[in-house]
Amino acid sequence: MELLVASGVGVLTAGGVWLILQGRSFSVILGLALLSYAVNLFIFASGRLAIGLPPILTKSTTGYTDPLTQALVLTAIVISFGMTAVIVVMALGAFLETGSDRVDIDDDSRDGL
Amino acid sequence: MGNWIIVPVLLPAVLAALIVLAARTDLVLQRVFSLAETEALLVLALALFRAAALDGPETYHLGNWPAPFGIVLVLDRLSVLMVLLMAVLAVPVLVYAVGSGWDGRGRHFHALFQFQLMGLSGAFLTGDAFNLFVFFEVLLIASYGLMIHGGGRARLQAGVQYVAVNLVGSTLFLFALATIYAVTGTLNMADLAVKVAALPPGDAALVRVAGVLLLLVFTLKGALVPLQFWLPETYARAPGPVAALFAVMTKVGAYATLRLYTLVFPPDTPATGLLFADLLLPAALLTLAVGAVGVLGARGLARLAAFAAIASMGTLFVAIAPFTPQATTAALYYMIHSTLAGAALFLIADLVLAGRGSDDLRQTLPPIRGEGLIASLFLATAIAVAGMPPLSGFVGKLLVLEATRAQMALVWPVILGTSLLTIVGLAMAGSALFWRSHSVANRDTAPRAAPPVLPLVAVGLLLALLALLTVFAGPVTDQLRLTADALYDPSGYIASNALAAPE
Repeated sequence: MELLVASGVGVLTAGGVWLILQGRSFSVILGLALLSYAVNLFIFASGRLAIGLPPILTKSTTGYTDPLTQALVLTAIVISFGMTAVIVVMALGAFLETGSDRVDIDDDSRDGL
Repeated sequence: MGNWIIVPVLLPAVLAALIVLAARTDLVLQRVFSLAETEALLVLALALFRAAALDGPETYHLGNWPAPFGIVLVLDRLSVLMVLLMAVLAVPVLVYAVGSGWDGRGRHFHALFQFQLMGLSGAFLTGDAFNLFVFFEVLLIASYGLMIHGGGRARLQAGVQYVAVNLVGSTLFLFALATIYAVTGTLNMADLAVKVAALPPGDAALVRVAGVLLLLVFTLKGALVPLQFWLPETYARAPGPVAALFAVMTKVGAYATLRLYTLVFPPDTPATGLLFADLLLPAALLTLAVGAVGVLGARGLARLAAFAAIASMGTLFVAIAPFTPQATTAALYYMIHSTLAGAALFLIADLVLAGRGSDDLRQTLPPIRGEGLIASLFLATAIAVAGMPPLSGFVGKLLVLEATRAQMALVWPVILGTSLLTIVGLAMAGSALFWRSHSVANRDTAPRAAPPVLPLVAVGLLLALLALLTVFAGPVTDQLRLTADALYDPSGYIASNALAAPE
């Protein structure tokens, strides 16, 4: 279980970093999405891995799993979802303005700035 | 002040929503709302400052949940100082945006501006590490909108880079917070201070990793080498008033560093020790060098202002790195100075761009209208930015030099050498813009529009604030010394949280 989650986080992060380094807006956005999946999984695991336990304490339950990390993950998901929407719109705008989907800025377009 | 602590966050949030809903087509009404709100925020910040100075740290418990379980906002000397600095900067910047017509060149400028103020206030006031992340995102998402305000090819391209870099930064922030939570089981800053100090030695490695990750995030915001690469492109291409407001955004990184590395990871923590100070100092010195060389070599005035901002962050982090009360006093003074001076330089760059049509320093263009006045404003700002007497930059650098006396051989040559480079760079820019212009005859006979009055008033206001900061350097440093002392004795901060005992 630990090995599965840890290697999941690792593979997602590695894939995300590789995609971000491609320098094209589509792969950068996908890379950022993969990174945010990795971090969501990591936050979830930071409350310790427990199988089949409820996040709520009642009189009949014997054990519980940390509910706070689930709330943190929820917040992180909402924020990364919103941010992905913003960068998609901005990348689309930049693509329509420049006709190129490169994220790096070449010297020609610096025009004296 | 009790419930008033939340008002600097709530007021801009409500006003921003009101501007979007009720005044979306009426620019005049937006301006009235926005200016009134920003001035109200300034008055409120002054009142809160007085309260924090008289009564010590106070907390506001959101939803009235007890401290380590619920989120708290903490009003202490440092947080209210930052809110006050933000409000003091916001007024002239907003006056400039209104006077220069920048706010009408795209939609929703005022709503985004208010959301930006909300995020900044929240980031300064919050006493919860995860909530700090949330407010970082609030201020960032507003800044994305402001950065591409007015549109255009170059601005959108730089905007995408800016967003991508900051999204990676946010991911790192989350990794760091999750690691801290996994080790300590809490995210309340006061509770963290207690728990990290009493950590078993087996967990020291994990806490060190989390601390370094957090430092990476804050120095990314603070544009410290090697994470400064995003700043010149972003700030040079953002609209002038937005770049001026961003002068306080880099300071968020400096604030967060000061807050967490004096409260949670102070130098006497057994798990981390002097690790962070040792990492910060070389990076800060390199930043200073990169910034000064950039000022010398910049091709445009806006780029020059961006590199001057990097250099000022270098000086600021040099003063933060020793983590002593004396150095922190110097850092706080230099932070106030560099925020106001940096903003003034960005506004002047925008004035020059508006009058000349280009801020390229290599081109020789005819003189602009109102050149004498703009040139004198540039001269005064350049003196402040470079740290020459008689303005506050000189006092600030003197305080930083005095505080780093222990590492004189390493720090002093860098600070003094980069000051010289900055002076040369600014002098070259000034002569290219305002002297060489007289060598070409003004061939176009059409009269150029005189610069409007309000933008000049805004820059004058910033310079007047710098002059006040110089004249009242004594009383200001006395207050800042008390602020710094409170940072290194966080018992008041921790007690104000009224941490509930674990069952």
